[in-house]
Amino acid sequence: MESILAIAVGILVACAVFLILARDLIRIMLGVSILSNAANLLIFTSGRVTRDAPPIVPENVAVPEGVIANPLPQALILTAIVIGFSLLAFALVLSYRAFATMRTVDVDAMRLAEPPYPGQQVPSGAAGRQADRDPARLPEVAE
Amino acid sequence: MMSSAVISGFVLGALAPWLTRAVGARVHWLLAVLPAALFAYFAQFLPVIAAGESVRVASEWVPGLDVALSFYLDGLSLIFALLITGIGTFIVLYTGGYLHGHQQLGRFFLYLLSFMGSMLGLVLADNVITLFVFWELTSITSFLLIGFNHTAPRSRRAALQALVVTGGGGLALLAGLLIMASVAGTSELSEILSNPEVLTSSALYVPMTILVLLGAFSKSAQFPLHFWLPNAMEAPTPVSAYLHSSTMVKAGVYLLARMSPGLGGTELWFYALVIFGAATMLVGGFLAMRQSDLKLVLAYTTVAALGTLTMLIGLGGEYAFKAMALFLITHAFYKGGLFMVAGSIDHGTGTRDALSLGGLARPMPATFAVAVLLGLSMAGIVPFVGFIAKEVMYEATLHIGATALILVTAAAVLGNAFNVVAAGIVGLRPFLSAHKPTPHHPHEAPPSMLIGPIVLAALGVICGVGFPLTSEFVAAPVMASLNGLPVAEQAAGLYLWHGIKPPLILSIVTLALGALGFAFWPQMRAGIAAILKAIGWGPDRGYDQAVSGLERLAYAATRVQQTGYLRHYLMATFVVVAAFMLATLFAVGGLPTQFRVPTVYLTEVIALALLIGGAVVATIVYSRVAAVAAIGVVGYAVALLFLVFSAPDLAFTQFMVETLTVVILVLVLMRVPLEVSAFRARAGRLRDAAIAIAVGASISLVLLTTVQGPLDLRLSEYFIENSVPLAHGHNIVNVILVDFRALDTLGEIFVVTIAGLSCFGLVRLALSRRKAARAQLQPAHRTAAAESPGGDA
Repeated sequence: MESILAIAVGILVACAVFLILARDLIRIMLGVSILSNAANLLIFTSGRVTRDAPPIVPENVAVPEGVIANPLPQALILTAIVIGFSLLAFALVLSYRAFATMRTVDVDAMRLAEPPYPGQQVPSGAAGRQADRDPARLPEVAE
Repeated sequence: MMSSAVISGFVLGALAPWLTRAVGARVHWLLAVLPAALFAYFAQFLPVIAAGESVRVASEWVPGLDVALSFYLDGLSLIFALLITGIGTFIVLYTGGYLHGHQQLGRFFLYLLSFMGSMLGLVLADNVITLFVFWELTSITSFLLIGFNHTAPRSRRAALQALVVTGGGGLALLAGLLIMASVAGTSELSEILSNPEVLTSSALYVPMTILVLLGAFSKSAQFPLHFWLPNAMEAPTPVSAYLHSSTMVKAGVYLLARMSPGLGGTELWFYALVIFGAATMLVGGFLAMRQSDLKLVLAYTTVAALGTLTMLIGLGGEYAFKAMALFLITHAFYKGGLFMVAGSIDHGTGTRDALSLGGLARPMPATFAVAVLLGLSMAGIVPFVGFIAKEVMYEATLHIGATALILVTAAAVLGNAFNVVAAGIVGLRPFLSAHKPTPHHPHEAPPSMLIGPIVLAALGVICGVGFPLTSEFVAAPVMASLNGLPVAEQAAGLYLWHGIKPPLILSIVTLALGALGFAFWPQMRAGIAAILKAIGWGPDRGYDQAVSGLERLAYAATRVQQTGYLRHYLMATFVVVAAFMLATLFAVGGLPTQFRVPTVYLTEVIALALLIGGAVVATIVYSRVAAVAAIGVVGYAVALLFLVFSAPDLAFTQFMVETLTVVILVLVLMRVPLEVSAFRARAGRLRDAAIAIAVGASISLVLLTTVQGPLDLRLSEYFIENSVPLAHGHNIVNVILVDFRALDTLGEIFVVTIAGLSCFGLVRLALSRRKAARAQLQPAHRTAAAESPGGDA
């Protein structure tokens, strides 16, 4: 079963990388979300998978008999899921702030931290700008 | 005691600004006590060293790295220490007169005294690392002193240039010293140099010698690295007299002399030193003739003198070493003195251009008398020590006994003739001839500025007339340091009168040439200027070109590496990740060898289909709403997989987290534009797809290989076996999280808390700005705001 999961993880990573390389900030966020799921599955698969044997010790027994699922990767992934979610939530809110400040989701046009070199042509950001929405619903530009 | 002697300069330097404020204009008489006391302290070693002994003191500094604060006193270091402290005394006094009333006099003394401490440490150091530290300290204090007039751009450029050249050489020196120490197996110079065969027979002899020579040549301004020294004349004159003629620039010469018994005696050493030394001597002398600024004339002759010293060390043998010892002190006396004279002329008249000076003998009689004495020593006239030095030098060049004899002798004659002309230009010309009007009405220098030149001029005579003493206390001990033989065996005899022999004839030729050159100096100067103009390029221009070339290169490299586009950085990261993983897999042979098709149940097929389908849809779909839905599907599919493969805790967590993720995504989506046209070009999409597939494939391959190999289950078994007995918990995953790895979980909680607080802060910031903006717009947009109350959330 692990070999099938390994291929699935590879497909997920490929999708995530393609999304992360996008110009659109929101698509980058979607890519991060897929990448974090792929990473969890990768840890899960490398610890081997077992069907119908959760890592739980039955009542009144000190040590379980028979084969049970590997508990260690599960503990690691449980942490990773929560951390990954925190990261994504923070990144999403940050993206929203970036949009509110720069009024575009085109990362190529976000050049506040690294201003363009003399003579470097930078997109205006118009491509990532709202075109058809009610202006009153837009966040105001922070100075 | 010797360590305190070295450190005292730094201590007094640190106190100098405060003392200057407290004592006022006469502080130099107080500060000069320290160098004078140090001179007396070192002078008491003269008989000891002349008797053939040496003194070594050591204390631990960084024992783990074999770095000790060890100092070694022999003939060479003693003469240097005496020059540094003796001339230092007069320089401190001279500064008091020269910079009288200067705002930053205290700061100047701080730099000057720190330099004196650094220079003392350099010439006394026995440990190679200690030597290097003091070597760099002299470069840094020199930088500060050259740039003392920091408001002048020329000063700043000269300071930086000196630092770059000597600092760069210092790095080469460090490498050379470290190689030397590792070859010899000890960091103490006195031990390294006592075993020359180990160094010269080592396979690393050539690189280590070249590195040491680079350090010495850059510090001692050897052609073609000489250009920083004339530029350093931007410094106030006391600095030029002290650092850039008699002490710091001789640090390279000191190093060569110090290394001579260990690295010397080979063809590489001989040719490198003689060729570069002779070339520097001639180029320096030649360029000196072009100048009319008294300080620049002296600066270029200093370059020439450094070349002479280097050449003499390279020539080797008793005569050359004797000449080196004599010329070392001779040059320090007359050059230090003449620089002070040049400064006095500048101070007294407001100019130091030889062409606009004349007839100063009447208004500045004392300065004139001293200048003549110093000039005679520089020109090498009987009975000055300069004469003896020149005679011994010719003796040395005539004793080479090789085909180079004629060349080197001719070079020496020409170099000395240039010296004679320069002595005339500085020591004679401004005082004789008709009086010329100067910016100030000329006035005699104050006593503090006269005492140094007077003493140095007197020393030139005393050392010449008292030549037996010079031979015993200077020549023999220094020669012993240079050839590594005992002091008693040195043939250090000196004579004022040799009889009419080849050296004397060469001396007469030199003087005649010099007199001729002096008589026709204006014509010669114009001729040299024309030649230089025809060449049109020099190392100084080359330095500028190198610096601006480096800047252009850095700029171009930065533009390529840091485009400012996030996608380019990510692309580079992904390409490197994929390339390294695939390269490692292919190179190490870690590719999966088998692929077993497992039995797959229906639930698993559904979960996998949802997983892959969701991911692909999220990647290719244009609509953002659909993409977010697809992301949700991916998350739930992962949860399903967790469920069927015996990870219920993960499944429940994943369900919750995925739901929250989708909620937050939708909240953000409500605010950003839904219709987006920020797309990659088609070529960009293809390239990105290739990168994505490469990364995905490499991950799949690594994972396939991993699951083929054996799995180390010891840790898992430990948790399974001890979950109930030790932690009394039946859910092993939970026990690991809250018992065995509780601290990790605490850290995780912190991360989640901080992320939550940050999100809250960012959202609040957005809301408050919005409200403020609304409040400002209120009158104009009252109706618009009333119609859309759902704007906040």
